[in-house]
Amino acid sequence: MIESTMINRNSHHHIAPLWLYLAIGGALLVLTAVTITVSYIDLGGWNIVVALVIASIKGSLVAMFFMHLYYDKKIYTIVIVMGLLFLSIFISLTMFDTGRRGDIYEIKSEPIKPEADFYKELPPADSLDQTGHSEH
Amino acid sequence: MSSMPEKNYLTEKRGLKSWLLTLDHKRIGVMYLIGISISFALGGIFALLIRLELLNPGRDIVGAQTYNQLFTLHGAVMIFLFIIPGIPAALGNFVLPLMLGAKDVAFPRLNLASWYIYVFGALLAVVSIFTGSVDTGWTFYTPYSTQTSGAVVTMTLAAFILGFSSIFTGLNFIVTIHKLRAPGMTWFKMPLFVWSLYATAIIQVLATPVLGITLVLLILERVLGMGIFDPAMGGDPVLFQHFFWFYSHPAVYIMILPAMGIISELISTFSHKRIFGYRAIAFSSFGIAFISFLVWGHHMFTSGQSELASMIFSFLTFFVAIPSGIKVFNWLATLYKGSISLDTPMLYALSFLFLFAIGGLTGMFLATTATDIHLHDTYFVVAHFHYVMFGGTVIAFLGGLHFWWPKIWGRMYNENWAKISALLVFVGFNVTFISQFIMGIKGMPRRYYTYLDQYHRMHGFSTIGSWIMGLGFFIMVVYLVHSIYKGRPAGSNPWGSLTMEWETTSPPPTENFAGDMKLTHGPYDYDKIVPRTD
Repeated sequence: MIESTMINRNSHHHIAPLWLYLAIGGALLVLTAVTITVSYIDLGGWNIVVALVIASIKGSLVAMFFMHLYYDKKIYTIVIVMGLLFLSIFISLTMFDTGRRGDIYEIKSEPIKPEADFYKELPPADSLDQTGHSEH
Repeated sequence: MSSMPEKNYLTEKRGLKSWLLTLDHKRIGVMYLIGISISFALGGIFALLIRLELLNPGRDIVGAQTYNQLFTLHGAVMIFLFIIPGIPAALGNFVLPLMLGAKDVAFPRLNLASWYIYVFGALLAVVSIFTGSVDTGWTFYTPYSTQTSGAVVTMTLAAFILGFSSIFTGLNFIVTIHKLRAPGMTWFKMPLFVWSLYATAIIQVLATPVLGITLVLLILERVLGMGIFDPAMGGDPVLFQHFFWFYSHPAVYIMILPAMGIISELISTFSHKRIFGYRAIAFSSFGIAFISFLVWGHHMFTSGQSELASMIFSFLTFFVAIPSGIKVFNWLATLYKGSISLDTPMLYALSFLFLFAIGGLTGMFLATTATDIHLHDTYFVVAHFHYVMFGGTVIAFLGGLHFWWPKIWGRMYNENWAKISALLVFVGFNVTFISQFIMGIKGMPRRYYTYLDQYHRMHGFSTIGSWIMGLGFFIMVVYLVHSIYKGRPAGSNPWGSLTMEWETTSPPPTENFAGDMKLTHGPYDYDKIVPRTD
């Protein structure tokens, strides 16, 4: 009873044909084979990109056809895409940190005003380390 | 003089069971109100103890270890048990369906479940206090939290469980707002408090799961020794901070957005004037909600995060000022040429404008990486977030509480005592935390048990401020509880407000309204309608 009212409420209750399921299933298997094949080719950093792109395509196929997102109201697609959007925000902004850690600007300890009295009282320049601090 | 309605949600059914098994959003709201009030009192006592300990350098009342536990518990209790559920789950629960002209929220059972989950999480947090307690700070930073003794797992589990309560409330509100608006109430005829609850609910649903998974990862590392955050096992301790703040920064807006919604209601009602810039205020809530997900790294400028990331996060953080500024200027424009009555809720709303402005602008100091390097982990930061969280959220919560109190109980509190209490809280708060701004700039680090003599006077001021605030809250408890039993009947619309919750009796009947509601005027049509007051 409950189920039938739910179907009535979502007027878009779609029954996909069997061949479509088989085709999508086949596509998933093919893509898996592609993933494995590509993993043997050395693309450097691009290996992970290719693997993730293929995985995303597979995930989208499952969500669109096996989970019927393609036939359903747009709002559900928006909800899913929102989730993915925020996940990508999290990962990409975090990678600005983890990928670039230790990138410190080159330290140039040059006097702004070389003729200032201050520098006359300092020890000779060759006893200073890179940061401009005296070792003594 | 109006009298109390004979049949209302408080008196229709009696007995403990009728409360514990109720599906009425108003009763659940009241039960939440009791829960968060107890938590607030508990967190407040911790705060008073912290301030008392810091009255003099060295030991005053507790040892260093106990002090570490006190400030951890103050933070954890205030954040997870009071301020996150505070406005949405207590006031929002009570008011939201009334404002929409609905008979209840969309999922009343889920609503009750969220309360039980809240209570269970709260009890677990209390258990952790008695089973070794926690001294990590409320942020549970690794590697300390995976190594310290104490009940870290119990406390994080409590926070994990409390998260579900928050998600349930958020889901419930989203569906309620979509589906249960009274006929005629289009999106742009909703009260602004509803808009802010909607934006809050979206953050609750999107961000809270991240806190859940973070705390699970922490427990996995601590209990099973899996290497996630520990570099010795291939982990990254800064990653914990990314995870943690990806939730906890948006969570700051879970706290402040509904507060801003309350302020919109208060300013318009007590200026007896149409709110200025309705759409701008409504959309700026979503602006804040979206930006809140992009700025978490500003908590990590000195954590060892890459400089590039710090620059990006610093840049993005400044964007928060735009929607916040839009709101503040629209409130000020609403006040302009309004017919302002200075009832207690309005005093809180005006306090909010001052305190939130200070809190928000000092945030800009901290968003600037160059000044943050000097100010980070000092009392300046402590003062900043207390100005936003207390001066913003708690003050707005108190304003909302005093605003809807007559609707909740049907009786009016003593206005004179309420004004005295509001004044004491305002003055006490400023004395407590302005001194902390000064100490912070002078370099007093936060969370330290003792300090150099040069900070003695400022710590003294701060502690005296906490006593003034404590007195204010003590008075508040007395007159509010007194009003429940002895207050004069309030009538259905004591403030002359135009939103729908004032069209029913105070306290409302169980089914909220006598018949089906239909929108006859907008929530802020003060230029068209003279509201009925009684």
